[in-house]
Amino acid sequence: MSEIPSELRYRESHEWVRDAGNGVAVVGISDPAQAALGDMVFVELPEPGMSYSQGEACAVVESVKAASDVYAPVSCEVIEANSALEDNPELVNTDPYGEGWLFKVQLADPAEIDGLLNSDAYAAQQDD
Amino acid sequence: MVDFGGWEMPINYGSQIDEHHQVRSAAGMFDVSHMTVVDIRGPETRAFLSNLLANDIARLQTPGRAFYSCMLKETGGVMDDLIAYFMDEEWFRLVVNATTRDKGLAWLERHGADFSIAVTEHHELAIIAVQGPAAREKVHAVMPGGSGGLLEGLKPFSCVEIDDIFVARTGYTGEDGYEILIAGLQAESFWNRLLEQGVKPCGLGARDTLRLEAGMNLYGQDMTEDVTPLESGLGWTVAMQDDRDFIGRSALERQKADGVPARLVGLVLEGRGVLRPGQKVITEAGEGVTTSGSFSPTLQKAIAFARVPAAAGERCAVDIRGKNLPARVVKLPFVRMGKACEGIL
Repeated sequence: MSEIPSELRYRESHEWVRDAGNGVAVVGISDPAQAALGDMVFVELPEPGMSYSQGEACAVVESVKAASDVYAPVSCEVIEANSALEDNPELVNTDPYGEGWLFKVQLADPAEIDGLLNSDAYAAQQDD
Repeated sequence: MVDFGGWEMPINYGSQIDEHHQVRSAAGMFDVSHMTVVDIRGPETRAFLSNLLANDIARLQTPGRAFYSCMLKETGGVMDDLIAYFMDEEWFRLVVNATTRDKGLAWLERHGADFSIAVTEHHELAIIAVQGPAAREKVHAVMPGGSGGLLEGLKPFSCVEIDDIFVARTGYTGEDGYEILIAGLQAESFWNRLLEQGVKPCGLGARDTLRLEAGMNLYGQDMTEDVTPLESGLGWTVAMQDDRDFIGRSALERQKADGVPARLVGLVLEGRGVLRPGQKVITEAGEGVTTSGSFSPTLQKAIAFARVPAAAGERCAVDIRGKNLPARVVKLPFVRMGKACEGIL
């Protein structure tokens, strides 16, 4: 059974967002997404300082099966990338909501988070 | 589950990487019943195969011996690849690809029409490949009536039939092991006995990374009807020493005379990233393309096969999402019997 924590917000394209306060948020990919992709072997993360509009491709997660784009769930500027994934991309599989986070951002418009799916809505999407 | 030539097959049962390591370190098993088993019988079987196959059937002189070969089109393009098993003078068994089943069978029928032979497909047979350093002892332990001892002396690329179970010491992983053809009705209990021996089920995903590390081509990806075996790293399987006439020979002779334009090589990506099929390869001699690629669980590096200009040197770059990342051309295979080959790392 997939884990979909209720304190996070989600985008249809399987990214999660954790509001860290002060206009800062953390982004990763969901448990159902990592399960579908399989064993992660490489993660290409955005450089700090890069800006993205909501829905723009900003990172790539590569499992042994396939490469998948990660889209910016909100408009933002990247302030930190998770460097631990360079040597341990499998953290995305083992701890997708914790040590497997992808990058930290400064939100361009904090209200955009409210427009994302809550955990119930995202879970319902997985059942379709 | 994915559709593979009309067969519903698992990419992995659990972790694809764990399944890969299981085969390199102990024993894993694959349900490869999708492969097509065809028997050719009749007084002119040898003459037919001598004409049909790019490898020389005369190389198989002892019953129970087998080899790998391509079937070529008149253009020299690869129609299919297969393993041919010599059962007796009037019976050879071929195991061909599932994805090419229809055109392959039609090809056999068409070219077999001139010979006194019969072509029979065996739908009723399942195929279980058991591969890895511990694979043989595990299979010996589950053979019915303690017949496993009869397999002790079976040499690589040889086969034997024991109580309607056909066992060949062949595979697609670069490890020791067997490919076992068994009646579909018996296959489940045979599989379950292997499970009890600790042999782990492995999916198509691990099969692909294992064969890639082992330097083994995949039909439809690394070679097709549009390229010859000489451009596909398969020159060693083409027997042209004597004047045997086989389908595609004259095209290969023309290509040799003109100079083979491309070759299939191994690539190792120097830095981080993953190689995938269809990426552009930039060499000093011109552009090439990756035909298969993945992350090698054994080497912990990205590896690929690429078709590059014949004159390409050791250095090249691969275009990954618009960035040209340095890669090295290496001699295949990448991995044999669980270990990186010389010059790979």
